[in-house]
Amino acid sequence: MSVNTDKAGRTDAPPPGTAPETIKAVPVRHYGRWISAVVVLGLLGLIGKAFSEADIRYEAVPDFLTDSSVIDGLFMTVWISVLAMAVGLVLGIVLAVMRLSKNPVTSSVAWGYIWFFRGTPVYVQLLLWFNLALVFPIINLGFYKDEMSDFMTPFMAALLGLGLNEAAYMSEIVRAGIQSVDEGQTEASHALGMSHGKTLRRVVLPQAMRVIVPPTGNEFLNMLKTSSLAAGACQYTELLRSTSNIGNTTGAVVEMLALAVVWYLVLTSIFSVGQYYLERHYAKGSQRSLPQTPLQRITVNLKSLGRPSGGAA
Amino acid sequence: MTAMVKAEGVHKSFGAAHVLKGIDLEVAPREVFCLVGPSGSGKSTFLRCINHLEQINAGRLYVDGNLVGYRQKGDKLFELKDREVAAQRRDIGMVFQRFNLFPHMTAIENVMEAPVQVKGETKAVARERAQRLLDRVGLADKAGNYPSQLSGGQQQRVAIARALAMEPKLMLFDEPTSALDPELVGDVLDVMRGLAEDGMTMIVVTHEMGFAREVGDSLVFMDDGVVVESGHPRDVLTNPQQDRTKAFLSKVL
Ligand SMILES: Nc1ncnc2c1ncn2[C@@H]1O[C@H](COP(=O)(O)OP(=O)(O)OP(=O)(O)O)[C@@H](O)[C@H]1O
Ligand SMILES: [Mg+2]
Repeated sequence: MSVNTDKAGRTDAPPPGTAPETIKAVPVRHYGRWISAVVVLGLLGLIGKAFSEADIRYEAVPDFLTDSSVIDGLFMTVWISVLAMAVGLVLGIVLAVMRLSKNPVTSSVAWGYIWFFRGTPVYVQLLLWFNLALVFPIINLGFYKDEMSDFMTPFMAALLGLGLNEAAYMSEIVRAGIQSVDEGQTEASHALGMSHGKTLRRVVLPQAMRVIVPPTGNEFLNMLKTSSLAAGACQYTELLRSTSNIGNTTGAVVEMLALAVVWYLVLTSIFSVGQYYLERHYAKGSQRSLPQTPLQRITVNLKSLGRPSGGAA
Repeated sequence: MTAMVKAEGVHKSFGAAHVLKGIDLEVAPREVFCLVGPSGSGKSTFLRCINHLEQINAGRLYVDGNLVGYRQKGDKLFELKDREVAAQRRDIGMVFQRFNLFPHMTAIENVMEAPVQVKGETKAVARERAQRLLDRVGLADKAGNYPSQLSGGQQQRVAIARALAMEPKLMLFDEPTSALDPELVGDVLDVMRGLAEDGMTMIVVTHEMGFAREVGDSLVFMDDGVVVESGHPRDVLTNPQQDRTKAFLSKVL
């Protein structure tokens, strides 16, 4: 059996001494790029000028940037977003599998769930959870029994409201991901004697992740911001609530909004980078070589800077 | 000796399309059984019925004496649970036309997957056998490659190793070489020839008449969901009795 044809090749390198003449051509001039850059810079300048001349004391922003109540709020925002997203992801996978199930009862239940939670405003859902004691004054789960008003803390209401709503959206994303995987994969797995569950966990979901991760990143960034609704609906003190509290007591209302904007941008930036690495992880095997990480790209660029271009040997 | 595979009046329809119209055949242990026929004649469908990827509508199908997909009590049939169907499939290896390797796993991980997940083998044991199997199909040095980093012929040989890892007593091949460039076909056929010499029971759907003649113990010509002609490959291929067989062979030989 001849298997080493892969290592052949490499005969097309130019013979030494006859280095090919490098092409020196006049590059195409991209005038449009220059013009649009000037227009964009001009517009940014105008907006910046308007904001700098506005009656906003920007000095107040750094003063409160790391104020302990702001940091607390920041932590609460991240905490509720991560937890609600985890609830959404797990329940979303369950719902997606139910929705694709051959069992008409399970698939209708999933359909109904998605229909309700996608069809109503999340703000209303948060209000309903927070005021659940009006419907069920006592919570009794068999192993756990309590006054509903004690159980349904602002945190609990925010978690249920945001997480259950998210699950409806996530289930549609997961379903799209599962359906994107070639049926031959399921068949091959079943033919090996793997059960439905193992096939889903080991074969289908890892491949579906490539389709699932990008929109899930979107959902998470949305969640970071949507979590601010939990302040109004169920008294959950997250980032926006804690900054506007400061704004109300110090009178620096707009300044504190600017501060919140800064923190939201920092959060979304950090999580976007995380998403990039997650996507890279799930690209494993789908491309011949993995794309470079930003760090690798920088080091490669730096190294090539140190080398004289043209490479005269 | 019980037949490895026994089909009695097997029928299969997809909605209104009647694809298998009463297949009767028997495959003995250690036999290399070739299945040929024109496109759409139901060869793949029959193969998929054997490991219950498709459910038959009438007739009986036995593998190693056991009814496929059902349990019979008196004259009543009971569908097997998913878990029991999976258990039946462990003993039947299948190789697909389009390889269907798991793209997110390396070659060796593909081969280790089922023994670890299904039989509960330790990774060390599974890895050792996987390495041996990759060696056997001539790919010992490609263990760490992802499928996308392998040629079609190499992928198909990994797929064969993956099926062998479950130590099946029956191997099903559905046109294993028809997605391959001509120069890659030989490597895959070599591996299959080696398997046949080791006494593996094989059902091979193929258009490689040379392979059927050389390696096959019996050959069945199928057309339009029925067995038209069967016998020893040499006899059927050189001296076909039926007009439909003659017409088909004149096109492929
Ligand atoms: N899942 C399905 N649903 C509906 N029809 C199907 C299905 N699978 C196969 N068929 C039909 O059954 C017939 C036989 O298909 P099959 O794949 O078994 O043919 P084949 O003999 O393997 O052909 P080929 O040589 O092209 O692979 C075809 O007409 C096909 O359209
Ligand atoms: Mg076919």
